[in-house]
Amino acid sequence: MAINWFKYSSPASFYSLSGKMIPIFVFLAVVTLIAGLYIGFFVAPTDFQQGEAYRIIFIHVPAAWMSMFLYVVMAFWAGIGLAFNTRLSSMLATAIAPTGAMFTFLALWTGALWGKPMWGTWWVWDARLTSELILLFLYIGFMSLQAAIDDPRRADKAGAIIALVGVVNIPIIYFSVQWWNTLHQGASVSLNQAPAMATTMLTGMLIMVIASWMYSIAVILKRVRVIILERESHTAWVAELRKKEAAR
Amino acid sequence: MNWESWSEFFAMGGDGVYVWGSYFVTFACVIGEVLLISNRRRTLDKQYGLIHDSNKKEINNETSS
Repeated sequence: MAINWFKYSSPASFYSLSGKMIPIFVFLAVVTLIAGLYIGFFVAPTDFQQGEAYRIIFIHVPAAWMSMFLYVVMAFWAGIGLAFNTRLSSMLATAIAPTGAMFTFLALWTGALWGKPMWGTWWVWDARLTSELILLFLYIGFMSLQAAIDDPRRADKAGAIIALVGVVNIPIIYFSVQWWNTLHQGASVSLNQAPAMATTMLTGMLIMVIASWMYSIAVILKRVRVIILERESHTAWVAELRKKEAAR
Repeated sequence: MNWESWSEFFAMGGDGVYVWGSYFVTFACVIGEVLLISNRRRTLDKQYGLIHDSNKKEINNETSS
């Protein structure tokens, strides 16, 4: 039984597949969000040093991780769309950008609100903060460049260039705390050593990371379905879909 | 259970402004994003409806005249 890998690379079949998957991810996002917030506020203890302000970590870290991860995923799909000329891949990259930009803004916003009580300042030109700000500009650049070009296929190609060039910024953000060792502290959680965090705090944070993943997938699939309908409105399958919807 | 009362919960050890400022903006962005997408879908449906109706009118005009 040869698996047809390209079955879901056609917008029509992907449209129906993603339609079925969205409710699952919405459900998982809500469940993990409630669990994460409960652990974060009612189970995790007060921090001996930071008191209660540290509870911002339950959205600051997921937002920061998502901002970097979504950019890499966006650049990947933009690259695939550029290389193989598959328009659905480019549609997916276009659908990821707004959610990535939102998480980048949230990482900066929650970071500033955490920095004020802990560092005594909203903003400092620290290596990590500055490279995250550049990431926000890259997202905005990607979205505005694509919006400025009328022909969607040309906009996809132009966007892919910005996305691929900007990927170099992601390792810079990640390693900025070691290379420049400025104000922002190093990684308390990494794959190769024990986390420097209390277990309940870590569990709460990781559940919130999963919640942000589930949310991102649900929202991005929801947006890509609208983009598919926008760009495929001249096709027969959309006309038929509309007839079915009208008949309902 | 960390909090004895709701007021203590909202005071958040004196850092309430920062903690709730972060959480409020986060949920505002999340809800805003979801509304934007459904709004985008609704305008698309309306546009499609208009094009579809105008096509029908043209067909009726051609056949009836």
